[in-house]
Amino acid sequence: MKFLSLLLAVVLFTTSCQESKKQPTETIPSNSIFNLTTQWHNQNGDSLHLNDLQGKTLVVVMIYTSCKTACPILVAKMKTIESKISRKEIDDVSLVLVSIDPEVDTPPHLKEFAKTNNMDARQWTFLTSTEAATQEFANVLAMKYKKISPIDFSHSNIISVFSPNGQLVSQEEGDIDIDKVVATVHETVKKNR
Amino acid sequence: MVMFFASCSKQGKHTKHEDAGANTNINKLKSISTDVKMAYIPGGEYKPFYGTDTSLVTVAPYLIDERAVTNQEFLEFLKENPQWRKSQVKRIYADTSYLGKWPSDLELPANALPDAPICQVSWFAAKAYAQSVGKRLPSLDEWEFVAMADEVSPNARKKPQYSATIISLYMEKERQYKAVMKSKPNYWGIYNLFDLIWEWTDDFNSILTTSDSRNSQYEDKNLFCAAGATSSTDVLNYAAYMRFALRTTLKANYTIANLGFRCAKDTTISKAN
Repeated sequence: MKFLSLLLAVVLFTTSCQESKKQPTETIPSNSIFNLTTQWHNQNGDSLHLNDLQGKTLVVVMIYTSCKTACPILVAKMKTIESKISRKEIDDVSLVLVSIDPEVDTPPHLKEFAKTNNMDARQWTFLTSTEAATQEFANVLAMKYKKISPIDFSHSNIISVFSPNGQLVSQEEGDIDIDKVVATVHETVKKNR
Repeated sequence: MVMFFASCSKQGKHTKHEDAGANTNINKLKSISTDVKMAYIPGGEYKPFYGTDTSLVTVAPYLIDERAVTNQEFLEFLKENPQWRKSQVKRIYADTSYLGKWPSDLELPANALPDAPICQVSWFAAKAYAQSVGKRLPSLDEWEFVAMADEVSPNARKKPQYSATIISLYMEKERQYKAVMKSKPNYWGIYNLFDLIWEWTDDFNSILTTSDSRNSQYEDKNLFCAAGATSSTDVLNYAAYMRFALRTTLKANYTIANLGFRCAKDTTISKAN
């Protein structure tokens, strides 16, 4: 009996774990960002992998929170994009801000930044990791960046949209056309429903 | 039973912040051994071709392979690490021309010399190889630091023939098929920095120019945050300009017929003996 209940427990344990995955791993396309196995932390201090973001259309930008020049503009653009996404579709979208400054941008720091900027609703995810993982991710986005002083980075301004299985749909670089991003998000959500 | 459930639902959550990203995509690599000699470079201050235009960059002492990684060595790496074979590599890590000339996963191209430099590998693949031998890719500054040398001096940049000599090497066709270490080493004992291939650096993505450098828009404020902090400081060094122009066009999953790499390593030795 004891053995049986243990067996039952193991079976339940296994199924519950499988159910928590939205899609089985083998359906991840070869060019998906979900192939990256780096470990990240969100603004709540939870440890996660990129494939934990699977299942939603992703709008991704890389920034650092102490930036005084272009990043506030990028953050503002992300907020405008978020506000223009239909409320009927917002649950199918994650807006992800990835820090290029893991030393300063710890989870508590990101949490505070999210609060101050009214970006603490469910659809916002802030991510931070190690320098190596950040570099790898920047390279996947083809984003250029360089630490130019202990507190400042030069970096390219890119907002990327990914499909729910992690494939790149589009990238807007430089003078970002917000409405184009919003339209892409809408199409991607529609296509994957 | 309760414990089972708890351990499942908490999977991956609330681990310590210090653990973040300790694993990278290439953490499941099998080690391989290599006998390539490394040169000790004492480092020092140098003026980058691009960079903060007012100050010199300090390069810490490091070790760098005397030559590029060869076809044979990369084949050994693939034998142990099937995830990097051309049939299995993920597209996000390498484009479709990865090891393009290889007839199959573990077969060098016909006529390829085992000791010619490996080419047509992505930055991700180069980085994985370096990790598998317990090394890393050199930084852009480390690579350019040793590239200042000619055969007799550590910094030959001011010599008029320095850039011209390199340009003429760059112009030679099909040079990547030749074996390594057949030409003379430079001042540091390093071979083939210019005459065979272009080489990946770890932070090739740190050059903030638009990829079309011909329009001389080095400081497109829309494209780059704080772009004004970087600019060209050594405009007469056309050879270096060519390298930087190439690097700005690269993406990390690109593979190119004459783009290979060599490895580097940190060192704790701070003075040359």
